[in-house]
Amino acid sequence: MAVVAPPAGHHDGHVITQTHADVTRDVVGTLSPASRGYVMLLFGAVSLFVIGVLTFLILIKDGLGHAGYQPPIFWSVYITTFVFWVGIGHAGTLISAILFLFRSPWRTAVYRSTEAMTVFAVMTAGLFPIIHIGRQWIFYWLLPYPNQRYLWPNFKSPLIWDVFAISTYLTVSTTFLVFGLIPDVAAVRDKVGGWRKSVYSLASVGWQGTDNQWRHYSRAYLYLAALATPLVLSVHSVVSWDFASAIVPGWHGTIFAPYFVAGAIYSGIGMVLTLIIPLRRALRIEHMITDYHFDNLAKLTLLTGSILFYAYGMEYFVAWYSGNIFEQTTFFRRAFGPYWWAGWTMIICNAFVSQLLWFRKIRTNLTSLFVISIFINIGMWFERYVIIVSSLSNDYIPWAWDQLNPTWADWGILAGSFGWFGMWFLLFAKNFPIVAIQEIKEMIPMPRKRGGHH
Amino acid sequence: MALMRSRPVPGVLASFAHVDAAAEAIRALRAQGHRNMVVYSAAPNHEIEEALDHSVSPVRLFTLIGGLTGCAAGFGMTFWMSYDWPTLVGGKPIGSFPPYVVIAFELTILLGALSTVTGVALFSVLMGKRGIAYDPRFSDDRIGIFVPSGSDRAGALERMLRTAGAEEVRHEAA
Repeated sequence: MAVVAPPAGHHDGHVITQTHADVTRDVVGTLSPASRGYVMLLFGAVSLFVIGVLTFLILIKDGLGHAGYQPPIFWSVYITTFVFWVGIGHAGTLISAILFLFRSPWRTAVYRSTEAMTVFAVMTAGLFPIIHIGRQWIFYWLLPYPNQRYLWPNFKSPLIWDVFAISTYLTVSTTFLVFGLIPDVAAVRDKVGGWRKSVYSLASVGWQGTDNQWRHYSRAYLYLAALATPLVLSVHSVVSWDFASAIVPGWHGTIFAPYFVAGAIYSGIGMVLTLIIPLRRALRIEHMITDYHFDNLAKLTLLTGSILFYAYGMEYFVAWYSGNIFEQTTFFRRAFGPYWWAGWTMIICNAFVSQLLWFRKIRTNLTSLFVISIFINIGMWFERYVIIVSSLSNDYIPWAWDQLNPTWADWGILAGSFGWFGMWFLLFAKNFPIVAIQEIKEMIPMPRKRGGHH
Repeated sequence: MALMRSRPVPGVLASFAHVDAAAEAIRALRAQGHRNMVVYSAAPNHEIEEALDHSVSPVRLFTLIGGLTGCAAGFGMTFWMSYDWPTLVGGKPIGSFPPYVVIAFELTILLGALSTVTGVALFSVLMGKRGIAYDPRFSDDRIGIFVPSGSDRAGALERMLRTAGAEEVRHEAA
C-alpha cells in the first residue's frame, strides 16, 4: 500500500517549524467568537433537538404505538439508533486510548475531537433505552435495587449487563476526556482575560503544570488508557450479546462480539471524518490536522471495513453451512425479502464502499473521504436496522411474520438524536481546545541552548 | 495552588526558554541539596524528568486497589443478590459465574478509573504545595523553576540560575 509520509519538515506528523507558543496561540484562537456559519449550524442542531423533544412528549402522552411497535417487532428504530450511537463512540476510545498505548503519534492531533465525539455519542445512545422502555418515569427499575417484593435484577440477562457496560463506558470516557482537558484548560486560562479567565480558572482545578502534578498525571493517564482499552472492546461485545444470547435467527451467532466491535470502530471513524473534515476548515487548523492524519484514519476505516466484509460473508456462509432452515430463510430474506433495500444498503455502503480506500488518491482527497464517510454513517445505521428488524420480522412461525415501517415518531426521535449530539459537539468545539495543546507540545522538541537534538 | 489563597512562600522564581538549560539548573540545585524546588512546564518533558529523578507516582496503587475493589464488589453484589431471593432462571445455577464476570469486569474498570483520578486529585491538588509563585508563560512555552529560600540566600541562587541559562529571575518575598 502506498504510504503518505508526514509532510517534509514534520516529525511524526507534526510541524517542527511550529513552536510551543504557536500551538497555544493557534488552539486558543479556535475559541474566538463564533462565526455566522457556526451559529447557523448550532441553530440547526438545536432545532432538530427540539423536534426530538416534541416527539418524545407525544410518546410519553400516548405510548410507543406511534413508533409502530406491534407483534412480532418490539425492537426497532430506537434500539437500532441506540446501537448506532454506542458504536460511534468506539472510534474515539480506539484513537484516544488504544493508539496511545500503541504509541501511534498521529493520534495526537485528532484524539481530542474524537474523544469528545465518544462522550456525546454515548450520551445520545444512553437516551434510547429510556425512550424505548415506554414508561420512562420508572427507568430506575434497571438499577440493582430490589422491587417491592424484594426481587433483585436478573444478572444473567444481557440487558442488565448493558446497563452496567453503558453507564461504565459513559463515566470512564467522560473522566478520560475531562482529565485530558485539565492542562489544556489551564493553558487557555493563562491566555484569556475577563470573565472567561475566571471560568477557565475554575475548570482548570488549580493546574499549574508542576513537576509533581505531571508525575502523577502522566502515570494516571497511562492507567486510564489501559483501563479504557479493554472497556471499549467489552462495551460493544456486551451490546452484541443483547442479540447473540437470544435464539432469534440472524442473532444467535458466536461471531457477534468481534463483528460488532469492528463495525463500531468502522462507523465511529466514519463519523470522525464527517465531523473533522468541515471542523478543521471552520476552526482554521488545517496545518494541525493534515493529509497524513486523514490517510491514517482512512486506513483504519479500510481495515475495519474489510473485517466487516469478511463478517458479512461469514454470516451468509454459516447460515448456509449450518443446514438450519430458519437461519437460511432469514439470510435469504435479508437479501431478497421485504427488507432487501435495507440489506443491500448495508452491504454496499459498508463492505463495498470501504474498499475504495485501497486507492491512495481517494484516501487523501477530502471530498471523496467526506462522501465515503456519509455512506458509512448511512450503511452502519442500516446494518443495525437489518439485524434487528429483519430478524424479528420473520422468526420461527411464518403465520406470525410481519413487517414494520418506521413512522414519523421514529424519524422525529432519530432527528432529535442528531440534534442533541450535534449541539453538544458544537458547543464543545467552541469552548474547549479541540486539539490537545499539551500532547502536541510534548511531540515538538523544545529549544535548546546548545542546539541539536536530545 | 490557585484553588485557595494561601500565604506566599518566599523564594526565587526563574524562567527558562531552553530545556537543556533548565535541566542543568535542576541538576545544579540538586547537587547543592535543594530538594523542594517546583518545576513548571507546559507538557511533560523527559529531560526534565531525568534531571529531577522522581520516584514512580503512587497513583498506581489507587488504580490497583480501585480495580480489585470493583472486581470484588461485582462478584459480591451479583452472588449476594442472587442468593438473597433464589430464583431459577432458564435452568441455570442460582449463582452463575460466567454471566457475573461481565458485571465484575465493568465494575473493575469503573472503580479502577475513578480511584485513579481520585489519587491524582489527592496528590497533585489537595496535597500540593500552596502559595508557590507562578507565571502564565509556564503553560505556554517557558519552563519555570521555583526554589524556596530566605532573602539571605536568594542572591546566590539567582547567580546560579543565571549561570545555568535562566532568562529571567524574580525574587518572591514572604
